[in-house]
Amino acid sequence: MEHEITLVVNGDARRVRVPGRRLLSDCLRHDLGLTGTHVGCEHGVCGCCTVLLDGLPVRSCLTFAVTVDGHEITTVEGLAGPDGLSPVQRAFAECHGLQCGFCTPGFLCTVTALLRDNPAPTDDEVREGISGNLCRCTGYQNITKAVHRAAELLAEET
Amino acid sequence: MKPPPFEYHAPRDLGEALRILAGVRGKVLAGGQSLIPLLNMRLMAPEHLIDINRIESLATIETTPRGVTVGALARHSEVEHSGAHPLLGQALRLVAHPVIRNRGTVVGSLVHADPAAELPAVLAVLNGSVRLARDGAAAGDAPLVRDVGAAEFFTGPLESAVRPDELAVSAFFPALPARTGTAFREVARRHGDYALAGVCAVVTLDDDLRVGSARVACVGVGPVPITVDVTSECDGRPAATVDWAAVTRAVREATEPEGDIHATAAYRLRLVGVLAGQALSEAAREAAAD
Ligand SMILES: Cc1cc2nc3c(=O)[nH]c(=O)nc-3n(C[C@H](O)[C@H](O)[C@H](O)COP(=O)(O)OP(=O)(O)OC[C@H]3O[C@@H](n4cnc5c(N)ncnc54)[C@H](O)[C@@H]3O)c2cc1C
Ligand code: FES
Ligand code: FES
Repeated sequence: MEHEITLVVNGDARRVRVPGRRLLSDCLRHDLGLTGTHVGCEHGVCGCCTVLLDGLPVRSCLTFAVTVDGHEITTVEGLAGPDGLSPVQRAFAECHGLQCGFCTPGFLCTVTALLRDNPAPTDDEVREGISGNLCRCTGYQNITKAVHRAAELLAEET
Repeated sequence: MKPPPFEYHAPRDLGEALRILAGVRGKVLAGGQSLIPLLNMRLMAPEHLIDINRIESLATIETTPRGVTVGALARHSEVEHSGAHPLLGQALRLVAHPVIRNRGTVVGSLVHADPAAELPAVLAVLNGSVRLARDGAAAGDAPLVRDVGAAEFFTGPLESAVRPDELAVSAFFPALPARTGTAFREVARRHGDYALAGVCAVVTLDDDLRVGSARVACVGVGPVPITVDVTSECDGRPAATVDWAAVTRAVREATEPEGDIHATAAYRLRLVGVLAGQALSEAAREAAAD
């Protein structure tokens, strides 16, 4: 049986028909064509499918699209503003916080929420905050630098 | 992989959820942080899924002088940040990662009853209970409710006392008495993983700062959380002169760890003793400062 649902994705209300078993990650990628959200493990371990659900970071591979009918989703495509990349995105570019980029959408969503809740995190808080996101390229040093740099950019701009 | 097909139910209130559970054989979907991985890996294929995420009346955290009652839709992160119970807070910081905690529920973790999970140990060491409800249509409509104490609730690895037609509506964690300290210590291979072994401790001192009661619950070293009362081993002594080695021997003797690819049984046995010593002395220090 299919279900008719509405997701408010990056500010736009999108109607879509999905079977109950459609994962939010697949709904975003296949039904809505938003392939910025990546899928690695599909059991909650790698973090690259992380999106914001009503502002909170969650695993889209461990959420059914029907469950979040009517809710707001922000994906990596929705992070940039009208004036270009967000401070978190710019910090990742500036600090080389990515190489292949596979993990990056998950990190960007996680870090966007992290800095909103804690605008000046310590090193330990940064590590705890990104501990659920795996990166096979960078070795994490530049990612933690990017998080601190993003905090500076956000502080300068507000 | 992708989950197998199932029929999806989205009840709007508790009564509707219980009526559905009375009529079909299926699985309850709460935070989905354990159930959806099992579906994705095709380790489970329920015919029906009853999604309780729309039942707002279950999204509650109520604190009274007796303790805290956590509703079935209260997420790990909400309970952690509510500061409702010190030991629950200590344990929740060890459960998975912050992002998983935004979705996973405390009650879901208890029902899931993973032998390495932290929250079942907290319920066990505190002698808490879980409230189960089923449809009461046959008996005059009000849901039929029963409270099951932690000692009876966990029946085996990934098995709890919840019957197929029942919904766990809340869990009750008793408040701590005065001069009581708590601690949770565990060792995991990676940050956020299930523990190889873990121990939570609750120590209460009397007016002369002697150990009046000391209990631990251990995870990862048996089919269910293993609770051990070590009050008599503490011998009514002041915390500073307790023979912790004798106390941890009693804890080790009560556990029955098994080996697997992550750690041998012997290593887990050694670990649980060390962690019990650390958790108990930390709890005793905290109690003295209380
Ligand atoms: C990467 C990762 C790491 C994790 N690490 C840990 C960890 O270190 N420690 C830990 O404890 N947990 C860990 N978890 C599991 C997490 O805590 C889950 O949130 C929790 O075990 C289950 O809660 P849930 O609400 O997600 O339940 P669900 O996944 O929705 O359900 C789990 C089971 O309980 C049943 N159920 C749920 N709620 C009810 C109810 N109200 N009434 C009746 N049945 C119900 C379901 O039918 C299902 O069988 C981890 C998960 C992931 C993905
Ligand atoms: S794809 Fe969702 S956590 Fe790996
Ligand atoms: S940049 Fe390649 S996985 Fe992180």
